[in-house]
Amino acid sequence: MTTVAVKPATMAQALTRALRDAMAADPAVHVMGEDVGTLGGVFRVTDGLAKEFGDDRCTDTPLAEAGILGTAVGMAMYGLRPVVEMQFDAFAYPAFEQLISHVSRMRNRTRGKMPLPITIRVPYGGGIGGVEHHSDSSEAYYMATPGLHVVTPATVADAYGLLRAAIASDDPVVFLEPKRLYWSKDSWNPEDPQSVEPIGRAVVRRSGRSATLITYGPSVPVCLEAAEAAREEGWDLEVVDLRSLVPFDDETVSASVRRTGRAVVVHESGGFGGPGGEIAARVTERCFHHLEAPVLRVAGFDIPYPPPMLERHHLPGVDRILDAVGRLQWEAES
Amino acid sequence: MTVMEQRGGYRPSPPPAWQPRMDPAPLLPDAEPYRVLGTEAAAKADPDLLRRLYAELVRGRRYNVQATALTKQGRLAVYPSSTGQEACEVAAALALQERDWLFPSYRDTLAAVARGVDPVEALTLLRGDWHTGYDPYEHRVAPLCTPLATQLPHAVGLAHAARLKGDDVVALAMVGDGGSSEGDFHEALNFAAVWQAPVVFLVQNNGFAISVPLAKQTAAPSLAHKAVGYGMPGRLVDGNDAAAVHEVLSDAVRHARAGGGPTLIEAITYRIDAHTNADDATRYRGDSEVETWRGHDPIALLEHELTERGLLDEDGKQAARDAAEAMAADLRERMNQDPVLDPMDLFAHVYAEPTPQLREQQDQLRAELEAESEGSHR
Repeated sequence: MTTVAVKPATMAQALTRALRDAMAADPAVHVMGEDVGTLGGVFRVTDGLAKEFGDDRCTDTPLAEAGILGTAVGMAMYGLRPVVEMQFDAFAYPAFEQLISHVSRMRNRTRGKMPLPITIRVPYGGGIGGVEHHSDSSEAYYMATPGLHVVTPATVADAYGLLRAAIASDDPVVFLEPKRLYWSKDSWNPEDPQSVEPIGRAVVRRSGRSATLITYGPSVPVCLEAAEAAREEGWDLEVVDLRSLVPFDDETVSASVRRTGRAVVVHESGGFGGPGGEIAARVTERCFHHLEAPVLRVAGFDIPYPPPMLERHHLPGVDRILDAVGRLQWEAES
Repeated sequence: MTVMEQRGGYRPSPPPAWQPRMDPAPLLPDAEPYRVLGTEAAAKADPDLLRRLYAELVRGRRYNVQATALTKQGRLAVYPSSTGQEACEVAAALALQERDWLFPSYRDTLAAVARGVDPVEALTLLRGDWHTGYDPYEHRVAPLCTPLATQLPHAVGLAHAARLKGDDVVALAMVGDGGSSEGDFHEALNFAAVWQAPVVFLVQNNGFAISVPLAKQTAAPSLAHKAVGYGMPGRLVDGNDAAAVHEVLSDAVRHARAGGGPTLIEAITYRIDAHTNADDATRYRGDSEVETWRGHDPIALLEHELTERGLLDEDGKQAARDAAEAMAADLRERMNQDPVLDPMDLFAHVYAEPTPQLREQQDQLRAELEAESEGSHR
């Protein structure tokens, strides 16, 4: 298998390219949010779009998230395909009523007559030294809302492919962008047709036989690092990158756990009421007779997101993941 | 030594960025609600329009009475009546062109019906067999909106999108005095003004948000005054004067269509019935207040004007009543039929394609339904 010689790009650049390609391909695609125009977004993801497509296609809105999402609903009703930027995870909360009461259920309310193809981009997660309200992992709120797709990339290629898929979707998609991966680099070829992935498919990032690490977004590179470190302990870990929390790819996850017999779910979001509980339950329901140990969770603590000087104690790291793997009842093996 | 000398002659100047952007005076609403009926302005009103408004008011009142009766017969889960507010409901529908959009709240079933939505389909939400019974695109009426004021930003976004596409479409959003306290009201008006979106906001100030009177809702001089803070004109109108509401709304719609931007209109009216059939209005207001407002009834006001001017005789009144009765009879008959429900519809429209998880739940429900029907055959 040959890899195409391509330039390294950051995840942020891939996202910009995805927006640009989507806007060029479909005049109905409109980007809107706070600072997305002249400034190009606080993370520069919308850089150059206003210049290339004009202020009407890439719009600096007033600073009001409910208004941004609420007007996007009306624009979608009239046939546009808004891509909304919520500047930070915790700044998306004012838009929750629009999201939950309208965006997620307009299709259902109108028996399919009024679908809302809106993409809501939310930079999320910690690890960037952000002060309060800049590092939340809010995915559990979105997952708990029927009618939304919830997607999060972990690689540069997926950032492009999944965002294109999200914008093309006729359903609303909450597109969670791991902030600390914005500047991660990878060799990536946007012309590769395989770069557009369907929503709802997990992928095995690393094959292994001992146990499965089930993870997504910002925790994927951490799990890959943990898997490398685990080799010294004699564990050969498989890493599954979910990519999409809703819909959930039970098939890929279950197949992996049935192979390995052990599983740890890893995410930054708090454990109690977090995605890991749902995932552990689904795995247990489907793979009970293949499991050698209970499904464990490595999650953020159940605390408000810590101040930046303490966040390293909160975020799941390699050691905490390896500790969990160590508790997967290996005694039975010997 | 003066302060100025101490500061080395420094003279503070106004901050360079500040400049007055607009004279607020033209945006201010009139001191009194605008009226047509019983004033000199009535002579200029189009007789055909007045007769049409009259017929719609009579029909609208009958609709409210019939729907309320249907709640007592168990045919409707709930009905928030707009009795007393029919002038606003009817004028809102009639002020719009066919290509325009209406964004009603849950109390605005009548406006939807006056715009052409099937009277039974308009009640689907309140009967409880689905959330919206009509196709919003057929008459360009958004679904009746229950969370207060949340439909206002939708109207702004739709109007904005229409303008971007070069269509001369206007959106009319309806909200109540209680809804004007919501954050979405503020955000919608702000976005509309910044974007100069072709949208009209109609606030029906009916005196109460369920039980809470306006005095506990706002300290503004009037709700129409709020417009000034956003940089759009505010208009105050007698909400029971159908001719006045129609004129003010039509002006605002014309203004918006011509690219003049949004308008906020406060219509002073009164909710004669309780909040819904489930509410007891005697707990928060006296009969005398209700009686006073009955004396300012929108149908009586218009009927008086039409009769005075010789535009309506007994035959005309009877014709309006007959048309209303025919509508009510049809509504009764169709509402007395049990709706046909398919529980499997619960999964049909959550997403364009059901997720694998929903397919599993769909299978579960199907199996339960089959077991249920087998059980009933035993």
